[in-house]
Formats: sequence, structure tokens, C-alpha cells
Amino acid sequence: MLQERPLPTFSPAAVQLSREEGLALYEDMVLGRTFEDKCAEMYYRGKMFGFVHLYNGQEAVASGVIRGAMRPGVDYVCSTYRDHVHALSAGVPAREVMAELFGKATGCSKGRGGSMHMFSAKHRLLGGYAFVAEGIPVAAGAAFQTKYRREVLGDTTADEVTACFFGDGACNNGQFFETLNMAALWKLPILFVVENNKWAIGMAHERATSDPHIYKKASVFNMVGVEVDGMDVLAVRAVAQTAVARARAGEGPTLIEALTYRFRGHSLADPDELRSKEEKEFWLSRDPIKRLGSYLLEQDLATNQDLKTIDQKIKQVVEDAVTFAEQSPEPDPRELRRYIFAED
Amino acid sequence: MAETAFFNALRAAIDEEMARDATVFVLGEDVGHYGGSYKVTKNLYQKYGELRVLDTPIAENSFTGMAVGAAMTGLRPIIEGMNMGFLLLAFNQIANNAGMLRYTSGGNFQIPLVIRGPGGVGRQLGAEHSQRLEAYFQAVPGLKIVACSTPYNAKGLLKSAIRDNNPVLFFEHVLLYNLKEDLPEEEYLLPLDKAELVQTGTDVTILTYSRMRHHVLQALPQLRQRGIQPEIIDLISLRPLDWDTISASVRKTHRVVIVEECMKTGGIGAEVTAGIMERLFDELDAPVVRLSSQDIPTPYNGTLERLTVVQPEQIVSTVVDLVGKKI
Repeated sequence: MLQERPLPTFSPAAVQLSREEGLALYEDMVLGRTFEDKCAEMYYRGKMFGFVHLYNGQEAVASGVIRGAMRPGVDYVCSTYRDHVHALSAGVPAREVMAELFGKATGCSKGRGGSMHMFSAKHRLLGGYAFVAEGIPVAAGAAFQTKYRREVLGDTTADEVTACFFGDGACNNGQFFETLNMAALWKLPILFVVENNKWAIGMAHERATSDPHIYKKASVFNMVGVEVDGMDVLAVRAVAQTAVARARAGEGPTLIEALTYRFRGHSLADPDELRSKEEKEFWLSRDPIKRLGSYLLEQDLATNQDLKTIDQKIKQVVEDAVTFAEQSPEPDPRELRRYIFAED
Repeated sequence: MAETAFFNALRAAIDEEMARDATVFVLGEDVGHYGGSYKVTKNLYQKYGELRVLDTPIAENSFTGMAVGAAMTGLRPIIEGMNMGFLLLAFNQIANNAGMLRYTSGGNFQIPLVIRGPGGVGRQLGAEHSQRLEAYFQAVPGLKIVACSTPYNAKGLLKSAIRDNNPVLFFEHVLLYNLKEDLPEEEYLLPLDKAELVQTGTDVTILTYSRMRHHVLQALPQLRQRGIQPEIIDLISLRPLDWDTISASVRKTHRVVIVEECMKTGGIGAEVTAGIMERLFDELDAPVVRLSSQDIPTPYNGTLERLTVVQPEQIVSTVVDLVGKKI
């Protein structure tokens, strides 16, 4: 008998959502899903290599936080090895993310980074950090910079918030605790967003941690910690909006634990033998894209045709990204040593 | 400035750069209220405030990562390693993030970051506090590694390191902080990538850095007594190495002794030796000789510790042997 941790309830009655906002969230999630499905296809066709970690199932978290509560391109986003969709939500064009996966010169990291290392200074994407938890302090550094600009340099326009995404596995690492302590101590404008998808590759969350309720770990730092249904983009958006407002008001960080699930294995190289059929079915039935689609229809915020139009449009965006990536040049071998130092 | 102690030369460099550029800030353990474990940041927090001289919790990996994030987004952090050995705890952030991130990001970000503090073998501090991390970090791409050795070069180099747009590991030496020297009144900067010709000579090139420069200088009078004129070069820049200066000297003397405080295996001298073999083999009249610390954890006992590190008398006998003018 499958025993799942109860998902926090969220009343959509309290939601203020315009048609445009609803459709934008839907489109962002469809982009994430369609892009990742295309990645799997391209990986198996030998177009991309290395470790490729897909985000299917977790879309409500990136879209709800970045698109639902932040200002993409102004606020900072920090990610992990599972970073394609955070990059897309942050506004990095699908062409640049796909080209990076193809290792092309037009990729957002110029073909030097790959799947796990998407970066874009222009879009304030601090990057994909592939060692578990190492991005957490880096994100805090960006948040510190905002506080420093405001308080030391007297820049009253410095009001960026940083969203730092990581998984349940990172929450047993020292950098998680060390950084939460510093962020709370100095009231940094940052959201620590845990995407608890229950599995750190093959290590079940409850086998790795003494108290599986990650959001409770905030309390020892005098920090606000909240859990949220990570399969509900509107619920994620609501807690993220509150956290962003708190950060901008100088009231410090928030730890958000989003309960979610990855619909695919850890990476495309993962045989995915440990997760039960029942568990997968439980979570697949909570597909965040279908859920938002139904909500938009029920609330008369969209028609079936609206959603189909978005699906078609995104399909074209992703096809265009593949064409762009395929036709893009390889990095120039003469530039092998470029970008090592600032002057390069 | 009148006669200035090494630690105050470093303090002056930081003070001047913080006054010049408001994005420069210091962070680390006990850098603020306490003034730094060797007083390099004494009273600076009173002048610049607690955010610019930031006392951190004891969390090397995370405050280093935080400095990387701040550097990526436009600030110019100076991390003080209370003891550089502690930064082994931050190896990941220094290697993966400070060192490699610019390249991995395809040039999206630059990381103007200085990581400075006391390294080297002190007086009976035990193995953990007697590290020579320069040897461990020299293989990390994207890092510049500098070792200062006098109050004069410490000040000029640190100012340049703070202005550099790359991550710089800046090694001071725990036993040199009270060394004194008259410093120029006017501002000066020294290049990070240039070795320092300490003494011109003709018979042998002695390549050294950090505290071992002073052991070499202690050996110099005895070498001269024996009619040997060594050319002494302080490498200063451990990465990248200043091959112009090294090559010019080897072409002149045709003999090389390397005197270093790091251990022999995988040390700075190992890299220098390999580079000389590749570039200057035909110039050599004898094999390159390395005088390095023993490949052992630094022992606490004073006699054993002394045996671990190269002493001036070893330098004398080795150079005399090499030059073939044994008396």
C-alpha cells in the first residue's frame, strides 16, 4: 500500500489570476515539458551527450516561482544539473538552451557548459551547478550583492530577489545549512526553493534524512519555512509571491519546500528501477500542466482552442530550437582556450 | 610610508583599494571586530562598516561560494583565509566555481575575487596549520596564484590582485608578518605575472618564492665567500609562471636550483622543472635540483619540523655541489 506524505491543500478560490497570467503560466509549463521531451528524443538520436537530467513533472515549480512571482531578467535564478527549464523560465531562448545541449557555439554557454551548466548573465541566470548544493551559497552571494548595493552603495533601485533551486538531496549537505544560517542572519533577499521529488537518484528521501519535512528545517534559523503542493502552479505561485514580497521588504529569506515528482528517471542514463508503479501513478495523475489547463477551462479563463493554440505554438518553438541548434556552427577550435580568464 | 610591517603593508593595500572602489569588501572569519588573526584588517570595519568588513560564521565552503556569487554579480570580494589551510574546506568552490566557472559559462561571468591569508610552515603549528596549498591548487584552470614575500611586494601585489578581474589566490606567509621595510610614500602597483629578480648573478639560477626567498638570502653570504655568484629569482607568480624571466636566467647560468617550501611531490618545483626540461633542456649543464620540504605531514616537534623544511645550510651545500666549486 502506497503511503504518500499528504500534499498541503490550497484553495484556488483565493487566487487572483487574469487570463493573460494564466495562459502565460500554462505556456511556460508547456514549453518546459515539450522542450524536455524533445531533449530525450535528441539524446536517443545521438544529438546530445553526457548526463542529461529532465524536468518533466516538476514544471509547476519553475513556472510558479520564476514566471508567477519574479521578474525574469531582473531577478536572479540559480539552478542545478537539472537546469534546462529554469533557464527557459528565466527567459533564456529555447534556441540557446538547445544549442548548448548540442554543444554549439550559439549555446548560452558557448558549447562549453552542456546540459548541466546553462548560464546567461543577460537573463540573470547564475547557472547550473552540477555538484549537489554548491549553487546554494553562490545564489546567496547574488542576494548579498543586492543588499550591499542598496545599503552600502546607496542604490535605492537595488531590489532584486534571488531564487535558488535545488533538490531534496541537497538538504542533507552542509552548504544548505551553512547558507541558510548566513541568509537568515543577514536577512538576504533570497528564496530557497527545494524541489522535493522524493529521490536523490536511487536514495529515497526518507532513507537519507532524519526528518523528511524539509520546510521545518527553516525554523532553527528563525526563517520562514513553507511546504507547498509542487504539482499545483497556482499554489507555488502564491507562496512564492509572499516570499518575494518578504524578501523585497528586507525581511529576509524563505525556505519553500515544493512536493513534486520527476516523471522520468534521474537522468537519461538512469534505468529507474527503484520507484514503484503505484508511486509513479500517484504522481502522474497530478500532472501540473493538465491541472492548470482544467482550472483555466473551469474558470472560463481559456478555451480548449486557446490551449491547443499554445501547444502548437510551443511545438513550433521547440522545432525551431532544434533546427537552430542543428544549423549552428561548432565552437571554433582556435578558441579552445578562450574564456579561461576575464581578458579572453 | 615609513618603516612598515608586512601585515600593515597588506592592511594599507586593502584600505587604499576599499577607499578607491566601493565594490571592494572583505569577508572571512574574525576579519571585523577582531581585526583579522594577523591584524591585516585591524579597525577597518570601523571605517567601512560591517557589510564591507564582514565577519562570517565558520563556514569556509559556503562563504567562499557566497563570495563567488557576489563577484559574479558585480562586487569585488576579498576573502581572508584565517589560515589558508582552512580553505581545503572550500576546495570545491575555489576549483569548480572560482576557477572554472568563467570558462564553463562560456564567458558569461567574470569572477574578480581575491583569496588571501597566511600559508606555509610556521613555528610548531602542527600539520593542519602548516599547509602549502599553492601546490594543490596549481592544477586548477582559471586561477592566478601569487606568493608575496616582502612588505614592498605584498602591498603592490595585493593592490593589483584586488583590481584584477580574475580569481587570485594570494599567499602570505605566517612567519613573515612582522618583517619590516621602508615603503614608498606614493601609490604603486606590481604586476601579478612577473617574477622578481632579487639578485643578479652568473653561476647558478636559484628559483624560490615566499619565505624560502629569505632562506636563500641567508645562504647568499656563504656562497659569495666561496666565490659563487647566484642569480636569485623570486617567482612571485606561481601560476602562470613567468617564463621570460626564468628562461633569460637559465640561458645565462645553465644551472638551476629550486628552493621551495611545498612538498616535493606535485609541488611548484615539479612544474617548474618540467617546464625547464621542455623549454630549456639544451641550455642546461646539469640536471635541475629541487630543494623541497619532505613529503610528510609537518611534525609538531621543533627539531623534526626544522628537518622537514629546507634550511640555509642545505642551500649552501647543494649550490656548491652543483656549481662544482666545492671547497
